[in-house]
Amino acid sequence: MTLLRYALATLLALLPVPGAAQEDIAEFGSGATEMTLMSTTDIAIIAPVMQRFADLNPDLLLRYEQWGSNALFARSRAACEGGGQGAPADAILSSAVHHMVWLVNAACAHRYVSPRTSALPPVRRWRDEVWGLTEEPAVIIYNKRALGGAEVPRSRFALLDLMREAPEALRGRIATYDIAASGLGYLFAHSDSLEASTFGAMLEGFARVDAVATCCSTEIIRGVADGQYDFAYNVLGSYVASVAEPDVGVILPEDYTLILSRSYMIPRGARQKEGATRLLDFLLSAEAQGMLAEIGLVMSADADEHGLVPSARRLIALSPSLLVALDANTREGLFSIWNNAFSLGGSP
Amino acid sequence: MPRPAPAAPSLAYRVLGAVLVILLAGGLLVAGSTWFNGRQAARQAYDRILVGAANDIAESIRIQDGGPFVDLPVSAFELLAQAPDDRIHYAVTGPGGEPVTGFGVLPGHPEHAPGRIAPEFFDADLQGEAARFVTVTRRFAERDFSGEVTVTVGQTLRARRAMALALMVDALLPMVLAGIALMGISWVVIRGAVRPLGALSQDLAFRDPYDLTPMPTEGVPQELRVMLDAMNRFMGRLDRQMGSMRNLISDTAHQLRTPVAAIRVQAETLLEEDSPPGRARAGERLLARTRSLGRLLDQLLSRALVIHRTDSAPRVPVDLREIALEIVERRDHELLAPGAEMRLEIGPEPVMVMAEVFSLEEAAKNLLANALRHGVPPVVLGAEERDGQAALWVADAGPGPAPELLARLGGRFERTAQSQEQSAGLGLAIVKSVAEAFGGRVEMTQEATGFRVALILPAAPGEEAP
Repeated sequence: MTLLRYALATLLALLPVPGAAQEDIAEFGSGATEMTLMSTTDIAIIAPVMQRFADLNPDLLLRYEQWGSNALFARSRAACEGGGQGAPADAILSSAVHHMVWLVNAACAHRYVSPRTSALPPVRRWRDEVWGLTEEPAVIIYNKRALGGAEVPRSRFALLDLMREAPEALRGRIATYDIAASGLGYLFAHSDSLEASTFGAMLEGFARVDAVATCCSTEIIRGVADGQYDFAYNVLGSYVASVAEPDVGVILPEDYTLILSRSYMIPRGARQKEGATRLLDFLLSAEAQGMLAEIGLVMSADADEHGLVPSARRLIALSPSLLVALDANTREGLFSIWNNAFSLGGSP
Repeated sequence: MPRPAPAAPSLAYRVLGAVLVILLAGGLLVAGSTWFNGRQAARQAYDRILVGAANDIAESIRIQDGGPFVDLPVSAFELLAQAPDDRIHYAVTGPGGEPVTGFGVLPGHPEHAPGRIAPEFFDADLQGEAARFVTVTRRFAERDFSGEVTVTVGQTLRARRAMALALMVDALLPMVLAGIALMGISWVVIRGAVRPLGALSQDLAFRDPYDLTPMPTEGVPQELRVMLDAMNRFMGRLDRQMGSMRNLISDTAHQLRTPVAAIRVQAETLLEEDSPPGRARAGERLLARTRSLGRLLDQLLSRALVIHRTDSAPRVPVDLREIALEIVERRDHELLAPGAEMRLEIGPEPVMVMAEVFSLEEAAKNLLANALRHGVPPVVLGAEERDGQAALWVADAGPGPAPELLARLGGRFERTAQSQEQSAGLGLAIVKSVAEAFGGRVEMTQEATGFRVALILPAAPGEEAP
């Protein structure tokens, strides 16, 4: 029954806007060969990198489609199983890495090896079919004005203490991703549940202060900047950097900080595999990595810059263990405790 | 001209080729067996991981709201990630085969027989790639749920293959190195072994065609030595035959010159003589000369034959008494010295030697003829064995030749002052040749009773000649 329910949910997610689920489209270059990259990354953030690739490859026309992670997964999965609509993607770049691992495990990916892909550490590639291009921390952000001169909570324990001590002051003022709507939010919640026992306490705390589970990085960051929320938990650090709000402070939790490596995959059915491998090699080049670091997608390995000890860095490894995240029972279990905590409070 | 047959491959290459074939065949066998063993080891190792992961998942099943619920353990997947590049399949199904969680039962999977508890392994496809699966069963008997929940876990085979290959390579690499070393060693050994052969053929190739001296045999391996000895014997025989041929020709020329000149002179005298008695005298002398020439030719021929036969005829056991008897019975002596007294002296015991009948007869004939011509009757011919030596001897009552002559006797054309014109001086030379050919010697002794010449040969143990 549960599997059926899950399948129905997936189907419902697909149905409303078939074939037009992408949020935005941009084209780079004007070459004769057209290739399509489906990505969850905001065009506004990554445009310079794509433009540079188009400049270096004048024979290509890069069509960049921006998708929501769940819709992108559903579409890619359907395309792999032979039921897709519209032109298949030539490459996929998604922050929901568990989706990518699922697709690779289902033999939906094309294998590719080059010196640059081989140079990646093992946790950032799997089977030479999916590659982690970036390193982006999951952070806690806060409104500097709201916090005033008070001490900044540097870890989850400090945030828990804060929620316990002043639940009334924080009521409705903590936001996080809605895990049902955001694949990335779900991945972070799942990783948290595996990482430490603090996860249960955090959910308890969120329940106590009526935290808000809502959608989309941009809205959450704007909410913190506007003073609507005092804190936002598990926000992707790269988005914060790109918005550049002076009132928003960033905390890399000292107990542990999840680090996400946005992953790249070439579908087995891609028509422009050659173009897709060129794009991959370009994105792994020193130049592209430099540009990605500039826009905040690659966090510095230098511990002094962000004050994070190496043992607190928890990179979400590209490994079959991520299959657990998409397991029907696991999802059900996580959703049930999540919904208990948020009790429909902030859900859309 | 017929084209020369293509040369067969060299001995060294043949042996080396055989060694290579043996090594390759052995290597293939070993490679096959290590591949098999490696596969077995990899299969066992990864099957354990697979069943471990499946049990891990089975342990995490609990009954919730009247149905099985899997709290999927990450540790099971981390266990499976021991094969880092392999894709994974898992499915948990309830008692009626209805899915609980996971990717569901694939079409090729065998039906689960209810009641089986032991893990069941099977091979099947996983999205077009060969994979290995295991099914474990957990039984529940709760108030709100009872029945079997099966957990199927599968994994593609990349890590197994990599492990099998690594095991095989690890086992084979030292063997390949050893094989190369063996090839190198055998090359050196074989080259060393055939080197004498090469030296030999080199020696033969640059040898003067008239050089019939023996090839050196020091340091030559035993197998080659047999061949080389045979060749040396052959060359020796050739050399002796050529020598005797040369001797025969020069002897003949030398010997014939004088008698032929004499015959010419006497024939001229005969033609110039007017008186009948003178003609008759000259005719007689001419006849005597031609007889003498005939005997000379006989002797020359006999010597040539003796030399030829002693080299080529096989040795057989011969009783010397029979030779002596045969000579006496031919009664040649009555022709040579009519009226001379002649005796045979042989015992009852056979006197056996390994020799050749014709040569012995020639020797005996010549000994007897010498005694009859130069000695004093009575002449005695005898055969006896003494101290392992067999002797065929002739004795006469005379004093024998003068001592200074004795030393020179036996050479070719050694004629004494007493030599009559009929003698060519070849008699003793023939006897000596025979003695040398059969490993014996000629012994001349002067005794009070007379002069005795003996052909002494090593006695052969054995039966009487057939």
